[in-house]
Amino acid sequence: MAELAQFFNRQRWQRAATLMVLALLLVLPQWLLHVDFADALFGIGAGWQWLGKNFMPNQAALGDLGEILHQLGRTIVIAVAATSIAGVVALLLALAGAKTTSRLPLVQMGVRLFASCMRNIPFVAWALVLLFSFKQNDFTGFLALFLMTIGYLTRAFVETLEEVPRGVIEALEVTGARYWQIIGQGVLPAVSAPLMSWLLYMIENNIRDATLVGMLTGTGIGFIFDLYFKSFRYPSAGLVVLAIIAVTIAIELTSTKLRQVLAQ
Amino acid sequence: MIESDISSQRRAPHPPAAPHAIANPARKTTRILLASLALITLYALATIAPDNVDLGVAGKSFLHNLDLMFLHPHLGQDTLAQLVDALVRSIALALLTTLIGAGIAFVLALFTARNLAPAPLATAMRSLMALIRAIPTILWVLVYATVIGLGTEAAVVGLSFHSVAYLVKAFAESFEAVPQEKLDALRVSGARFSLVIRHALWPSVRPSLLSWTFIRFEINFTNAVAVGAAAGTGGIGYYLFMSSAFYFDFQEVGLIVYLVLAFAILLEMIAVAMRKHLAKTV
Repeated sequence: MAELAQFFNRQRWQRAATLMVLALLLVLPQWLLHVDFADALFGIGAGWQWLGKNFMPNQAALGDLGEILHQLGRTIVIAVAATSIAGVVALLLALAGAKTTSRLPLVQMGVRLFASCMRNIPFVAWALVLLFSFKQNDFTGFLALFLMTIGYLTRAFVETLEEVPRGVIEALEVTGARYWQIIGQGVLPAVSAPLMSWLLYMIENNIRDATLVGMLTGTGIGFIFDLYFKSFRYPSAGLVVLAIIAVTIAIELTSTKLRQVLAQ
Repeated sequence: MIESDISSQRRAPHPPAAPHAIANPARKTTRILLASLALITLYALATIAPDNVDLGVAGKSFLHNLDLMFLHPHLGQDTLAQLVDALVRSIALALLTTLIGAGIAFVLALFTARNLAPAPLATAMRSLMALIRAIPTILWVLVYATVIGLGTEAAVVGLSFHSVAYLVKAFAESFEAVPQEKLDALRVSGARFSLVIRHALWPSVRPSLLSWTFIRFEINFTNAVAVGAAAGTGGIGYYLFMSSAFYFDFQEVGLIVYLVLAFAILLEMIAVAMRKHLAKTV
């Protein structure tokens, strides 16, 4: 009986401690940033109202539709190309870095470290440094997306490759198959579905992020939104937002559907 | 014995093919997908070359700047104390928006999960969240910066908004993975909705909610940096923007990148430790 009471007592203390930590984590940043919650709460409603009033596309905005669709198309093509090329490079890196397909511990470590660094370097830094050298054009956006994708895909691919059962590789090894034969006939067919599904997920993500990258590098749909927004052409900016919503939802649906088929 | 068996199979004129592998729809989809991606990539590469930039010169200047960034990081306009303070602010922003987002998302997810909410409500919530997610975070921040003025509040509201929409989807999916019997067991005993949540749902979803919230924290940290740069809402992103786009001081950019990297790698280590701990308790 005493033990039971002790158990509940301890549970109560643990719960209280968790709540305290949570409260601290909430109050500390609030105090540090001086956030005015009343202001923020007021802003939520006001923001939607403002959007509804100013961002409604009008007749003049429809004149910009051609340009918007052109930039949107370019953005999608560039995001797909950057992700695909990053996928090829990441696959080669992952083959060198996964425990199942590489026997060099030093290379494995190197690939992991590289992926982790690339993943965590803020893409703002990539975008701005690239902008300085390559100036304002599609190629800069392409390189920025490429550099920010490679770390993510390498890590995802390494993890996927490490799930290949040893047996598949050993079975081919005893037949005397060479390295690339084992990779081509045994490893890749076993993981092609998850690899493709990671690639699709990254394409989806990059099309989403392309707006932000475009704002920083002055390219594609992000640039055109920034341009309209800063020159107070809100109806046109609203049309850009609508176009982005349509494309994002369409891509999300397609990619989900494709991943379902791949998983079969 | 085994040896000869395999070699005889290899010499067979028609090696037995696995018929189900050829008719596999996944394999066909993979091929079509790869072909279309390759086509789009080729088209992009053919049309992407900029006509106003000499790629050789640009590439050299880029490599030179990378060298400055990564091999010669150095303080520039700002003191280290200023930069660390800005980094702490970005972290605080990420933490605050993640916790607000997770709190609101938990409640909303109760109305979004198909096994808890009536079907029409669940569908409506799902669509609304998809709509909010489709609008990039930066647009929310820019809009709120216009409405409530440039400042931390705009960043808090903008980032929280997107976090809620993201976490509602993730949380609702976790809720839906709870076995129906578990919920029914409490329901048939006459337990109120709140008791079902507290004693059937919460214990089974706690680990997955925790790991989703942590993933969102990492995303929000990245976003907090980006938003500081693109919308001028402060934090380390603002310093990053000023040093690279204003002062062209790539040595300071390098130092800031290293600061951010140090924190991000710390986060990654915590995430790995947390995942190990959760795997042990479950």
